[in-house]
Amino acid sequence: MSSHTTAKPILEISGLSAHIGGQQVVEDVSFTVPATGITALLGRNGVGKTSTIKALIGLIDRTGRVELDGRRIDNEPTWKLIRRGVGYVPEDREVFSKLTVAENLRLAERDAHPRRQLVDELFPDLVKRSGQLAGTLSGGQQQMVSLARALLNDNKVLLIDEPTKGLAPKIVQEVAEALEQAAATVPILLVEQNLQVVRRLAGDAVVLSGGRVVHTGSALEFLDDADLTQRLLGVHADGEAETPAAAQEGAAR
Amino acid sequence: MTTSETDIEQTGAPGPDSSGSAESANDGGASTGGSGTNVPGRDTKRAGGKALLKWGAGGAAVVLLGLLPLLNLSLPGVLPGPTYTPGSLQLLAMCMLMAAAALSYHMLLGVAGLLSFGHALYFGAGVYGLAIILDNLDIPLLPAMGLTLLLVIVLAHVVGAVSLRVAGIPFAMVTLAFAEAGSVLVGRNPGGASGGEEGLALATDNLPDFLVGVVNTRNLYWLALAVLVLVFAIVTWVQYSRAGHVASAVRENELRVRVIGLQPYLIKLLVFVVGGVLASLVGMVYLLLQSGAVPRSVSADFTITLLVMVVLGGVGSRWGAVVGGVFYTLLDQRLTSLANSEAIAGLPDVLRIPLSEPLFILGTLFILVVLFLPGGLTGAAKRFGRGRKAGRRGEETDNARAVLEDAA
Amino acid sequence: MSTVVLLFVTGLGLGALYFLVASGLSLSYGLMGVLNFAHGSFLTLGAFAGWEVARRTGADSWWTFLLSILIGAAVGALFAAFTELVLIRRLYERHIEQVLITVGLSLATVALFEGIWGTDPVFIDGPAWFSQTTSLLGAQIPNDRFISIIAAALVLLGMVLFLKRTRYGMIIRAGVENRSMVTALGIDVRKAFTLVFTIGGAAAGLGGVLASHYFGYVSPLLGGSLLIFAFIVTVIGGLGSLTGAAVASVVVALLQQFANFYLFGTGDFVVVIALALVLLFRPSGLLGRKS
Repeated sequence: MSSHTTAKPILEISGLSAHIGGQQVVEDVSFTVPATGITALLGRNGVGKTSTIKALIGLIDRTGRVELDGRRIDNEPTWKLIRRGVGYVPEDREVFSKLTVAENLRLAERDAHPRRQLVDELFPDLVKRSGQLAGTLSGGQQQMVSLARALLNDNKVLLIDEPTKGLAPKIVQEVAEALEQAAATVPILLVEQNLQVVRRLAGDAVVLSGGRVVHTGSALEFLDDADLTQRLLGVHADGEAETPAAAQEGAAR
Repeated sequence: MTTSETDIEQTGAPGPDSSGSAESANDGGASTGGSGTNVPGRDTKRAGGKALLKWGAGGAAVVLLGLLPLLNLSLPGVLPGPTYTPGSLQLLAMCMLMAAAALSYHMLLGVAGLLSFGHALYFGAGVYGLAIILDNLDIPLLPAMGLTLLLVIVLAHVVGAVSLRVAGIPFAMVTLAFAEAGSVLVGRNPGGASGGEEGLALATDNLPDFLVGVVNTRNLYWLALAVLVLVFAIVTWVQYSRAGHVASAVRENELRVRVIGLQPYLIKLLVFVVGGVLASLVGMVYLLLQSGAVPRSVSADFTITLLVMVVLGGVGSRWGAVVGGVFYTLLDQRLTSLANSEAIAGLPDVLRIPLSEPLFILGTLFILVVLFLPGGLTGAAKRFGRGRKAGRRGEETDNARAVLEDAA
Repeated sequence: MSTVVLLFVTGLGLGALYFLVASGLSLSYGLMGVLNFAHGSFLTLGAFAGWEVARRTGADSWWTFLLSILIGAAVGALFAAFTELVLIRRLYERHIEQVLITVGLSLATVALFEGIWGTDPVFIDGPAWFSQTTSLLGAQIPNDRFISIIAAALVLLGMVLFLKRTRYGMIIRAGVENRSMVTALGIDVRKAFTLVFTIGGAAAGLGGVLASHYFGYVSPLLGGSLLIFAFIVTVIGGLGSLTGAAVASVVVALLQQFANFYLFGTGDFVVVIALALVLLFRPSGLLGRKS
């Protein structure tokens, strides 16, 4: 897992750029996501990780080339390219707070035979709470709903944005386990600030700085290079991210 | 919408272009480029030359317009008679007033990105305020106008302060509601002051003689020209002042302005009030020209007329507002006489009914312009002048689209 | 007492009309950010269609009335669907241009209605029962009030069931909350929007027929005058909230009726003042999302 896979990548991104309000947030980004395992998308706060993910699926206007399993998807509207087999778990969960848990899941079902059983096994808590409004769930439970929405369908790739953000350590472990199980069947592009989680899960790493790709390669090798991580992430790779999750959340509101 | 990392990215780390974008964004004239792809040196020089040319042409046009009442020119199909006749002067004066009113609306939409559906309230306040004051108080014209302005300033502050609590489309709905209250008030004829549906005739006792009567139409014409020039000058001045720059920066990205410690709310209120005051000034001269106040001048229809003028001419451009105001007024006049013509009366119903409704034609034209000509007439003219570069929409179009996008 | 009852029921009847207009406005804004100025024209065309039906089939029969309601709603729905598919859809996500298009459409259609049916109000009749009164708690209440109230209650019930029980309803509720996330689940929200817009048009067309009985006439300006109050209702109720629209419709109409009677015909102004107060203290509306 630690080196570049030679098999055909599931996602090929070349020259991806995106603007928001006249300002460039993603600048000529190119990288590939191998067809197996977890690829981590890393970088300091505000370098454009979330924007890159959103640009990939057209949630913000973008230019450049994106191929999913050899097929161009950069000229398609979001809903269409998602149906080609992309599961998206956004930053901040974005569950529908006024819909019940069951409705949130039912809304996400697109396959003829959604994998309800798998989801029920992974997140037994959600079965119990299926009639509850998603807005009344805890942050961890909402994250489960958000992950479940992506895992219900048979996807070619999952794009998962900061799934452990703002969660208690115990919940972080649960999320990591769920991701590990999911990764056994589907490749994942993962944005993650918690470097322990990255160490545990990721094969490859793509590092962004200033909206550009500045490093690609094995995730472990990258994290073991203290100078490089200090320079590109502003943290010591051994510990937790220096910027506490709570502070990030405060800034985002 | 959710606040996400992307918002932080924009505001937390202001890029190199963040300070400059406000400067370049809102030149109403030819040399704009909202998206910041200018080559600075050459463009500035060329824009400077162009601006000089434009101001020169503008000055010449004003002089020519000023001389029109003394000349004997005919424009068959556009003007009812030679330029010195009262009928033609009346129509031309109306064109100029509508151009000035459209300019005051441009202040809101083009500069500050405020889509108001209640601008007629201030125009109407000028019309009715002055009419009622002249009718009831025994004071000369200028003090009466001053008093009206004072009332409008208060009114615009109150309505603006409340309406600006919301933005975008809710703002449009709320300004419409307030204007409707004004319209209802005028229709109710409280204490016989507004004349209700009949309107109110202009009380001429305290007016200077040179502004009264058909023989003096040309004086009113010159007054209308003066108002147009004045409004144009004030709009230009505000647009290029610090407040105007901040206003257009607010329009583009309110968050960014807030981050650097400015108050978008107050800036927008300022632009709202100035736009309202200018509209009321135009309204006062409109009253003199029409020798009376009619309920239509406070109606939602009139606001929509202003909006149509600005969009027809080209959103985000002062010249567009002027062109739109003139074009709309002339077209409306021509279509009305077309509607009453023999040629139309003889057509079968399917053609006769639509063609005899000027507003049907104008409404349809408006839809077509929004769909296919987003830069309006001025945008189209410039593109044509530039030699129709194939496939390129032109920066006016992009600018107009951007302005409309920002208003949402 | 009887005056209060009369004002109350009459206010409810008016509120019912406001709701029929405001429900579609509020949902289409909530889902897609589209403000539809031509919504009043849907209502007016529905009213004229209903009147044409009544004129041709004998105005005093109940069957005619039911038929005119159906035709009015169908015409409103068709007009709305046409507007969405031909004009609004091509300006996807360009909200101000969408508003401008509907402004132009409203201008053009009102002028066209004036060309076809004239500018003067056309007076209409319904079944004889409409012009009679029913005694309720000592008040003599014109029967047409009850018809509006019942119809609006049925429409509200139908919409709630649709939103709660169907997949499209679920998409719409989710889309009002977070449209981009719905598309990120692989759902084409525009289809749901066309549906919302069409349903709103049907409600407006239905409202047009009922309004023409409530006021006793049809005119090309009927829709426009109701539309302004519907705007006020949607802002007070909270844009995108169906319940908010229902509550605010009743509140606004009652305020208006009572102020008109007890405060010297100032109903319209009291409503605008209420709007100002809501904006000052709760800009997102009574039941709106806080942004």
